[in-house]
Amino acid sequence: MNALTDPQQDAAALAALQQRARRIRQLAVRMGEVQGQGYVGQALGIADVLAALYGEFLQHDPAEPKWEQRDRFLLSCGHYAIALYAALIDAGVIPEAELETYGSDDSRLPMSGMAQYTPGMEISGGSLGQGLTIAVGMALGLKHKASERWVVNLMGDGELDEGSTWEAAQAAAHHGLSRLLAIVDANNMQADGPCSGVMRYEPLVEKWQAFGWIVRRVDGNDLAAVRRALAELRAKAGSAPRILIADTKLGRGVPFLESRDKAHFIRVEPQEWALALAALDEGVSE
Amino acid sequence: MNTATTEAPKARLKTSAMIASIAAEGQRTTPAPFGHALAALAESRPEIVGLSADLAKYTDLHVFSQRHPERFFQMGMAEQVLMGAAAGLAHEGFVPFATTYAVFATRRAYDFMHQAISEEGLAVKICAALPGLTTGYGPSHQACEDLALMRAMPGMTVIDPCDALEIEQAVPAIAAHAGPVYMRLLRGQVPRVLDEYGYRFEIGKARLLRDGRDVLIVSTGLMTMRALEVASALAADQVDVGVLHVPTLKPFDEATIIEACRREGRLVVVTENHTVIGGLGEAVGAALLRARVMPAGFVHVGLPDAYLDAGALPTLHDRYGISCAAMCTRIRSELDR
Repeated sequence: MNALTDPQQDAAALAALQQRARRIRQLAVRMGEVQGQGYVGQALGIADVLAALYGEFLQHDPAEPKWEQRDRFLLSCGHYAIALYAALIDAGVIPEAELETYGSDDSRLPMSGMAQYTPGMEISGGSLGQGLTIAVGMALGLKHKASERWVVNLMGDGELDEGSTWEAAQAAAHHGLSRLLAIVDANNMQADGPCSGVMRYEPLVEKWQAFGWIVRRVDGNDLAAVRRALAELRAKAGSAPRILIADTKLGRGVPFLESRDKAHFIRVEPQEWALALAALDEGVSE
Repeated sequence: MNTATTEAPKARLKTSAMIASIAAEGQRTTPAPFGHALAALAESRPEIVGLSADLAKYTDLHVFSQRHPERFFQMGMAEQVLMGAAAGLAHEGFVPFATTYAVFATRRAYDFMHQAISEEGLAVKICAALPGLTTGYGPSHQACEDLALMRAMPGMTVIDPCDALEIEQAVPAIAAHAGPVYMRLLRGQVPRVLDEYGYRFEIGKARLLRDGRDVLIVSTGLMTMRALEVASALAADQVDVGVLHVPTLKPFDEATIIEACRREGRLVVVTENHTVIGGLGEAVGAALLRARVMPAGFVHVGLPDAYLDAGALPTLHDRYGISCAAMCTRIRSELDR
């Protein structure tokens, strides 16, 4: 994290991460175009967080996804697979040409993330509310092995409805799993509509603090803020588990998708994929 | 008038307590065979860890936790994180023994066993106490459908051991097995009977414990103890009863079962400490039909498809037909038909 202390290096590192985020968005849109569908809205929203993770936070070896010294990244929200595939392609874990197989029979890139299919996919997510419980076990195991590696679990805000999330939250604090980092993609959208209408979860910061976690909440599409929060969460002393609540915008980076009527599954018309890619070429919208 | 001094002392009521022994009066027993076997095995297997959902004392895992406190993880009364964390530990190369009551493992945490553990083929060993009708506490604690649920889960090995000896042998066997296992657990003072039969447990193998001319009882779990008692009792009536013990429900030893049931002129009695739906009885019946084997008769002794009563175990075992006496009556009437 030395980059944060040197303004020039810091600006260069941030620019590199922004470039990475843009590429993750482009790759996700290209995969969406293959099938004419996919959770592209979520992928565009979480791209900045994934760029910060794969570009800076996570220790990993693209040539050896099962390297013992890797940080573990768990995709609890399996429907975000399209976003993680994009990050893994960008990170060099999966060849770019393979994106053409997205969602096809016998592809290594099924539409919901599964460990048996994809290098770099640690768990089979998708049954929401499971990832954090598995992360607790991994962090317990790593701690028992005296490993310093991190376990990072990404979940959607809808997963806050699941009781198991809170079972895991309590267990992580009880067992002092300080190398466990949870990330909530707070886009306020779940299957039946805005979370605030389906099942209100605020006040999130106070809730997680009350459960014994170190909490940071940032605009998840502000890469500088995301980096800073991740660095702070890493540096904090103490035995408490850590959580980043990232408020993100569905469809981020493609203005006509950002402004579309919000839904869990954003509809993209056949002619719009090329327009989306063009919008991303013009730069991340502010 | 003070009558209390003149009345006879009250007879002690039978109990519907949670923890009731299944050992008969005077039966040889072994204390906490699971806990002792696991603690001993863990001496040479550093990857073995134990997890509990606030029931270590009641699953005999406390024996392990006292001997290996650094490898014991208390997950609290939270079965979903119990199973998820066990999966996480298995991802990290450990062999977790996740323990709780069978009702909570199977009914409460099913999706976590299905997705986090079995779908990924992880080496988690789920050891679940109070199987079937082994508590008089009522349906909240009676796991009458656990075998059906767990048999239906792809990739899961399912074991219902008979006694202390079998549990002691099964612990190292399931620890050595590469994939996930669900094992029913008898805890506390556990009867010991199979040592008289030179028995060796092996995953996936059924064993003929005694042969018999007139009846073949195919049994699993503690019902094998009952079957052996029934065989002795009916021998006095000149009824010759064989007992085939099937501790592994999945994978299922069809070949041995079919071969044993093929012998002509024998009544086949399948018995299990489990609902008649989805357990050993239906598995044996389907296997025999597929092999076109038609025994002289087919009787299924199991628990009814119902929410069972609370009460004392002997009362309930009689009521639902899985006591030795109830089985003898049923078999005699079947033979007299």
